Amino acid sequence: MLTCKQFLQELNDYLDPCTDPATKCHLEKHVNECPNCFVIVDTTKKTLQVYKGVEPQNIPEGVKARLWKALEKKMAARKQA
Amino acid sequence: MEKARAGDRDAFAALVSHYERKVYRLAKHITQNEEDAEDVLQEAFLKAYEHLDGFKGDSKFYTWIVRIAVNEALMKLRKRKGDRTVSLDEPVETGEETVQREIAVWEDNPEQRYSREEMQEILDSAVQSLKPDFRTVFMLRDIEELSTEETAETLGISVPAVKSRLLRARLALREKLTRQFRRKGEDVFAHL
Repeated sequence: MLTCKQFLQELNDYLDPCTDPATKCHLEKHVNECPNCFVIVDTTKKTLQVYKGVEPQNIPEGVKARLWKALEKKMAARKQA
Repeated sequence: MEKARAGDRDAFAALVSHYERKVYRLAKHITQNEEDAEDVLQEAFLKAYEHLDGFKGDSKFYTWIVRIAVNEALMKLRKRKGDRTVSLDEPVETGEETVQREIAVWEDNPEQRYSREEMQEILDSAVQSLKPDFRTVFMLRDIEELSTEETAETLGISVPAVKSRLLRARLALREKLTRQFRRKGEDVFAHL
């Protein structure tokens, strides 16, 4: 059986849906038998979920206005060229 | 995209509108500075517009603009802090050392307990506490959803380095968020 340290080194593979079934099964065995690593897996998944669930905030109006001003200037210059 | 490449300004403007928030977020997370993030945002889209002809249709526009933005952001960081602190080519520790880990289950649906702004602050603050090497890889892989190979290519580092940094970043964020979201009254701590 893997130690916790060995399992944690492979945590990304465990979370990766593309990992081959044999590797996954080997890692799963440790998760099923180790309550600490079970919690680490669960809370790591939740960590990724909360980050993925947050939409980017709107850009401050001033920043947006200056971006468009710069782009319009560039576009106008290209048109003239 | 084809229209934008053919010089259609409205088509390019639509691409900017679609991706500007994500590019700004990425720039802000990497540079940790609003002024630098604004510069990166502008430079990224200006360069993209300038080099639209060179854009290869076989990659996604977003992956392309992210690469430009990351390069700009890293240049800002280097200018501001000096190369030594942000060299992405330096070897990093691989997480072999013993780390005291906080093991505790989370409260149910923490997203519902905090306002959107509070949640944003908690998540941003956790990312900001990561070293630049780690937070850049985390942003590219887990937030912008670039592949491991695309991330390695964008940052000019090896695939094993991306994997190692991503693992460290994920575990560090998990630790920080666990301190915030752990279920009260049922703490279980363990040291691995």
